[in-house]
Amino acid sequence: MSRTANPAYRLRRSGQLRLSVLGAAILVASCSPAGVLDPQGPIASAERLLLINSTAIMLVVVIPVILATLAFAWWYRSSNTRASRSGDESYEGRAEFVIWSIPALTVILLGGVIWIGSHQLDPRVPIPAQSEPLRVNVVALDWKWLFIYPDQGVAAVNQLVIPAGTPVEFRLTSATVMNSFFIPQLGSQIYAMGGMTTHLNLLADSPGEYPGFSAMFSGDGFSDMRFIAKAVSPGDFNSWVKAVGGAGSVLDEGAYAALAKPSKAVPPTTYRSVEPNLFEHIIDQTVSGPDKAGMGAAKQAGG
Amino acid sequence: MLGRLTWAAIPFNEPLPLLSAAAVIVIILAILATITVKGWWPYLWREWLTSVDHKRIGAMYVLLGLVMLLRGFADAIMMRTQQAIAVGDAQGYLPPDHYDQIFSAHGTIMIFFVAMPLVIGLMNFVVPLQLGVRDVAFPVLNSVSFWLTATGALLINASLVIGNFARTSWWNYPPLSELAFSPDVGVDYYLWSLQISGVGTLLTGINFVTTILKLRAPGMTYFRMPVFCWTALAANLLIVAAFPILTATFVMLLLDRYLGMHFFTNDAGGNQMMYANLFWAWGHPEVYILVLPAFGVFSEVVATFSGKGLFSYRSMVWATLGICVLSFMVWLHHFFTMGAGADVNAFFGIMSSIIAVPTGVKVFNWLFTMFRGRIVFTTPMLFAVGFMITFVIGGLTGVLLAVPPVNFVIHNSAFLVAHFHNVIIGGVVFGALAGIHYWFPKAFGFTLDERLGKASFWCWLIGFYLAFVPLYVLGLMGMTRRLQHISDPSWQPWLLVAEVGAIVIFCGILCQIAQLYVSIRTRERRLDLTGDPWNGRTLEWSTSSPPPAYNFAVLPNVETIDAFWYMKRTGRAPVKPAYEAIEMPRNSPAGFVTAFFAVIMGFSLIWQIWWLAILGFLAAITVVLIAGWSIEREHEISAAEVAQMERAQLR
Repeated sequence: MSRTANPAYRLRRSGQLRLSVLGAAILVASCSPAGVLDPQGPIASAERLLLINSTAIMLVVVIPVILATLAFAWWYRSSNTRASRSGDESYEGRAEFVIWSIPALTVILLGGVIWIGSHQLDPRVPIPAQSEPLRVNVVALDWKWLFIYPDQGVAAVNQLVIPAGTPVEFRLTSATVMNSFFIPQLGSQIYAMGGMTTHLNLLADSPGEYPGFSAMFSGDGFSDMRFIAKAVSPGDFNSWVKAVGGAGSVLDEGAYAALAKPSKAVPPTTYRSVEPNLFEHIIDQTVSGPDKAGMGAAKQAGG
Repeated sequence: MLGRLTWAAIPFNEPLPLLSAAAVIVIILAILATITVKGWWPYLWREWLTSVDHKRIGAMYVLLGLVMLLRGFADAIMMRTQQAIAVGDAQGYLPPDHYDQIFSAHGTIMIFFVAMPLVIGLMNFVVPLQLGVRDVAFPVLNSVSFWLTATGALLINASLVIGNFARTSWWNYPPLSELAFSPDVGVDYYLWSLQISGVGTLLTGINFVTTILKLRAPGMTYFRMPVFCWTALAANLLIVAAFPILTATFVMLLLDRYLGMHFFTNDAGGNQMMYANLFWAWGHPEVYILVLPAFGVFSEVVATFSGKGLFSYRSMVWATLGICVLSFMVWLHHFFTMGAGADVNAFFGIMSSIIAVPTGVKVFNWLFTMFRGRIVFTTPMLFAVGFMITFVIGGLTGVLLAVPPVNFVIHNSAFLVAHFHNVIIGGVVFGALAGIHYWFPKAFGFTLDERLGKASFWCWLIGFYLAFVPLYVLGLMGMTRRLQHISDPSWQPWLLVAEVGAIVIFCGILCQIAQLYVSIRTRERRLDLTGDPWNGRTLEWSTSSPPPAYNFAVLPNVETIDAFWYMKRTGRAPVKPAYEAIEMPRNSPAGFVTAFFAVIMGFSLIWQIWWLAILGFLAAITVVLIAGWSIEREHEISAAEVAQMERAQLR
């Protein structure tokens, strides 16, 4: 949030001067502290680059069309005595060829971009890096996010702490309705769904605090289903894990059942240890049905 | 006895919805009282409520759409106001419970009860006239379709006063819409309103596909049909193919909710992803059901007001059919973020951007139609030019959303909201408004006030940009949709601009209301006696304004595209003086009465009043069967009467 880097400078540095054609709107947006135009990791950067390139490819066609529309509308107005008019029949094979080719060529170009981009930026694909990836299991609850660190044995609610420069492998599920896990400055969002697991790989380049939230409407407390993704140096991360592991409560079945009850605007909390396989149990509970840990009942009561 | 219905269903403790509902009820009662006092009921019953005339039904569809536009717009401006003031710690004036209902109702109403009635209304009025025929294939069914749509609209508005509406957005995704998470009647209001109106829409689709394929004036081959008829054919084919998917999906969700099944639940093997797939397998074709007829309107408007034939008619037809087929192969782009693999995402991304090819061809066709034309800037033409500029921007952002990795960062954001409003307002609404201005003189025999029409156009255009450019920016700043309050104060200036935009659009709507009022008051001065006020090209302009019940005293003989233009140029009189007796369908109360029972059935199903639901269903079916088996359905207008009416018209 407290970024001081001048976005205009960064844009110029990355050779994106043609961005100026995107107009004032996007430039102003890029001044925002937390938008998708202010990426803080390789995934988000690549996605912004694709956004800008695709826009540029299409603007090559769209701007002339808009200008031609305005020009034709003005010049061929009925009161213009200088305009030449044509008769009724206006079929012309060459023009026909051109009007199909221009959008077709644009789309062929974009099709290539889509195919390559989709494969390179597949959320499942691990991010190549020197360091061993950090595993985080994410559970969407009503209406907060639970982050379980299976290798560290700790957990946090509405607070995600990750080491900068280290790839993070997320596995996501939902103990409630469909949600979408999204940290705009780090890139790709992905759905979290009950009884299922989705996968996401992200990386933060440098330490900082990046807002995250649910990007899929999930009910009354949805607007406050926010968290801060805090990227810290690997050393700080280890001391954070140590600090969390030394204090706070334990996330066992009982504590989880209490946590799973609907609640809004939950302040960040941590758990010093987590019952093993809690994440797998959450997935099973949502698929197996009748005797869920008070989930459905809590829902009815909270309502 | 009354199922779940108790006094608690009426929100006595919530003044806002109660007061607005009370105001609406008072207005409705006042209108009904006026009709009763003035003794207009017999006229209304005879000429409108039981009419099976496609022109009357078309006009009623458009009226329904415009009235519901006011409701949907009221929701919109409440949402904009809420987001503009609920920033930081402020909670605004709408608690989540109420705000969630409002955005759900806004989307549902605008798609199903504004855009659909406007588009179907225009098709109803125009298609038979353009084809040079006297009615649609199944006139009584047409009336049933309309009244079932009105039933849905009535039920959805009833949720304002009795109970509440869904808080699950207009997609109604499970598991949020399942009983475990939405135990109240809101989702049931959503489901039954759309089920009932969906039946009406499907019947419309069958009716119009049959009409266009089987009923055309002598000589009107497929490749002599006006482009609007082609787009109507494509849209109705899509209705026939897509609406059953929606109906079946909702049936499954209803089974989950009413009988405890597990199609889409979290547990017991339900699969929520299936709902998303099915919903958008209908939902994406639905987009083209709305926008293809709008493209048709623009094709007619641009050609007429450029004084030229449409550039490359055949391209336009093939582009329309291409879009029609492709629209079924792109549904997954609504959820690239569900975690399907790269191959699947890439396939659907590429298919989605391929739709831009025929659409781009259409834009070029309109552009080249204007080229070397003689452009007259009437209100419909202004809407057409405004559309061309606005729509290519919407197309650009649409293709951006079709690039999966880009979609990963703007999916469900304000950017997406801006995109689809860009194409739906810039495409469908502008198209409907252009069509209403263009065909109004044909329907009612007098033109609309141009000054107020143009004022309305500028308000809509400027209001649109003010309201939605900020949302594009906010989406890139990381604002997701459906937020009841906003955490980031730096977003507020943009939200305030968007609010101003909504107010400017409201001015546009006020201009339209004023325009209708002024035009009706001064109609004697603005009568269209020629039947051809715009120097039109297609057959609807060859008959009088308004057309007689039978449309054409003698069916026109078509030898070319732009048949009427050709007749005018070659000096051939469109009407031969030898009149024959004409058989026309009789009025039928079947539609209105069926809808009456459908309202009872729908309402009882929502509140689980089983005995009444069964009675309502049986009564509705009985009415349909009686109407279906009745033998005397036509009445004859004798040759002498026809001759008399035609003479009166040609005075």
